[in-house]
Amino acid sequence: MTETELSLSQLVEHAEIIVCCGSGGVGKTTTAAVIALEAARRGRTAAVVTIDPAKRLANAMGLAGLANTPSEVPGDWPGELWALMLDTKSTFDGLVTKHAADPAQAERILANRFYQNISGALSGTQEYMAAEKLYELRHDFDFDLVVVDTPPTRAALDFIDAPRRLSRFLDHRLYRLFMAPTRGFVRAVNVAAQTLVRTISKVVGAEVFDDAITFFSAFEGMEQGFKQRAVAVEALLKDADTAFVLVASPRADTVAEATYFADKLAESGIGVRALVVNRVHPSFGGALPAAAAGRAAELAGTSLGDLYANLAELDALAAVEEGHLADLAERVAPAPVVRVPMLAGDVHDLAGLALIAAHLVR
Amino acid sequence: MDPATFFAQSRLVIVAGKGGVGKTVVTAALARAASLAGHSALVVEVEGSSGLGGHFGRPPLTYDEVELLAAGADGTEGWVRGRAVTADAALLEYLREHGLARVSKRLLASGVLDVVSTAAPGLRDILVLGKVKALEREGGADVVLLDAPAAGHAITFLLSARGLLDAINVGPINAQARDVLELLTDPSRCQVMLVALPEETPVNELVDTAFHLEDRVGVALGPVVVNALLPATGDLAVDPTTAAAEAGVTLRPGEADALAAAAAFRRDRSAMQAEQLARLAEALPLPQLHLPFLFSASLGPAELDVLARALLDGLATVPAPAGTGG
Repeated sequence: MTETELSLSQLVEHAEIIVCCGSGGVGKTTTAAVIALEAARRGRTAAVVTIDPAKRLANAMGLAGLANTPSEVPGDWPGELWALMLDTKSTFDGLVTKHAADPAQAERILANRFYQNISGALSGTQEYMAAEKLYELRHDFDFDLVVVDTPPTRAALDFIDAPRRLSRFLDHRLYRLFMAPTRGFVRAVNVAAQTLVRTISKVVGAEVFDDAITFFSAFEGMEQGFKQRAVAVEALLKDADTAFVLVASPRADTVAEATYFADKLAESGIGVRALVVNRVHPSFGGALPAAAAGRAAELAGTSLGDLYANLAELDALAAVEEGHLADLAERVAPAPVVRVPMLAGDVHDLAGLALIAAHLVR
Repeated sequence: MDPATFFAQSRLVIVAGKGGVGKTVVTAALARAASLAGHSALVVEVEGSSGLGGHFGRPPLTYDEVELLAAGADGTEGWVRGRAVTADAALLEYLREHGLARVSKRLLASGVLDVVSTAAPGLRDILVLGKVKALEREGGADVVLLDAPAAGHAITFLLSARGLLDAINVGPINAQARDVLELLTDPSRCQVMLVALPEETPVNELVDTAFHLEDRVGVALGPVVVNALLPATGDLAVDPTTAAAEAGVTLRPGEADALAAAAAFRRDRSAMQAEQLARLAEALPLPQLHLPFLFSASLGPAELDVLARALLDGLATVPAPAGTGG
C-alpha cells in the first residue's frame, strides 16, 4: 500500500498536519473539528485551527471569545483536543514583532495605516496567516496533529503560495520605486516610472501613496526574515506527513469547485489524500428508482403510491449525486472517498461531532 | 405585488448569501423571472466561474456582454444578457476613458494594482461596483442583477464605498466611491436580496448579514430567497404495510422498511426546514420567497424556468410597499 492510499482513519492516526480545503458551505470547519476530535479519542494530542466557525460550533469547542492561541477543549478521551480560532490581525502583528530589529521598528509598522490595511481586510492575508499559524503550532507547541480549516473562498489555495506571494510583494519593483526618493536616488528613477507614480497618486490620492512609502521604509530589513519563513512554511505544506483533505458536497456546483481545488493542488505538486463528501442523501435501496417510480405511477392516489413516489425521488437523487461524484472520485484516486450522510440537523456539540466521526473514520 | 411592479422598483438588485446556498442559480432565476414578467435583465458576475452562463445553457461569462436568452417574439418576454466584471478590466477601461491608455497596460502588467489596492483596500471592490453603477446608469437593461461575492466578503464588498470615502478624500476614486454609496443607499435604485438555505447555520448567518447590511451599509433589503425547500408530498406518516393492505398490494421482503426509512427521512428534513423557515420569519421581518429543491441532475434552462415561476408565484404574494399604489 503506498502512502497515498492511507484511509482517512489511518491519516487521523499518522498524519502530522491535515489541511481541510474546499468551497464554502460544504462543512469544512465541522470536518476539521471531527478529525481533531477523533485523533484525541485515539490518544493523540491534536489541535484544530478554525476559521470563522458557526457560533454554536465555536461555543461547543470553547471558542466563544476570540482565542488566537490554542485552548484545551475538556472532554473524556485519552488524548488531548486543543482548538483555536484564527485571528488574522494579531497573527500578523506577532509576525511583525518577531521579525522587527527592535521594538521601535515594530511599533512604526503596527501604527502604519498601510500595514493596518494589509493585516486587516486584504484578501490573501487570511490565507497567509492560516499558514503562519500552522507553522507556529508546529514549532512552538508539541502537537502530534494539527488540523487546519481553510478560508471558504476560491482564493483559499493561496494558502499554499501566500507566504511566497507576500515576500514577492515586499520585493516588488514598486517598492524600489517608492524607496528611491528616500534613498536619494531620485535621478535613478526613470521617466516612465515617474509617470507611473504620478498617475497612481492622481488616481488614489497622495495620502494613500505616502502611507505606502512610509510602510515600505518601516519594513526595511525585515524582508529576509519573511522570505525565510515563507520557504519554511511551503516546505511544511509539501511535507510527506502533511495531508490535504478535500471536502465537498455532492451537488454539481460544489463538485465542480472541488475539482478546481484538486487541479490547483496538483499544480502545486500536492496530491489530495482523502475526499470527504458531506451532505450525501442516503439511498434507501429496496427497489431500483425506475421500478419505484413505476410503482408510484401505478398506485397514484393511494398512500402507498405516495410512499413509493418519495422513495423513487430520494433514490433518484442519490443516484444523481453519485453521478456528480464519479469523475471527482476518479480525479483524486487513489485517495479514499468518504461519504457522510445528510444529517437531520446542524452539529453544535461534541456529541454531534462524534456522530459524524462514526461515518468519517469507521 | 405584481411581479412586474417588483422588478420596476429598483434597477439594481444585488443577490448575496453565504457560499453553497445557491446564490448564483437564484441570480439566474431572478433574471428569468424578470424576463417572464416582461423586463429585460442583465446578470453580472464578479468572482469568475460562477456558472451563471451554464444555467442558461451558455458558456461561462466574460467581460464582454453576451445574450443568454432572446426576447420573446411577441414582446411579452424580456431578453437576458450577461457579463463578468473584474477589477483589472474595469481599471483598464477607466484609465482608457480618462486618457491614460498608454500607462494602463503597464500598470496592470507590473502588478502595481496589487500594491495600490493594498494601500487602499476596497479599491478593487470599488472599481467593480463603479462599473456596476455605470451599467445601472446606462439603463441598457430594465434590471441589473449582481451575483455578489459570498457572504463575509459581501459585507466588505458593499462597505468598500464607505471605507474608501474615509481613506481617500479627493480625486476620482473619492468621486467614484461617493457615487457608489449614493447608488447603494437609494432604495429606488438598488436593493439587496439575501439567499439562504432552510437550515440552522445558514439562517443564523443570513440574519447577521441582513442586520450588518442595513446598519452598516444602509442598503434596502428586498425579499429573502429561501432555496431548496423539499416540495410537499402526500401523507408519508402512514405505515407501508397498512398502506399496502389498503391498496391491495403485497410488498416484497425489505420493501416496507425501505419505504418507511425513506418516508421518515423526508418527514424529518421537511419538519426541520419548516422550523427554520419559522425561525427566519421571526428573526427577520422580511417577505420570504421559497424555491423548491430540485431532484434533477443539472440546473439548466428547464430547471431555471421552474425556479423563475416559483419566484413569480412568491412575489405575487408579497405585499406592495407603501406608496407604490400596487
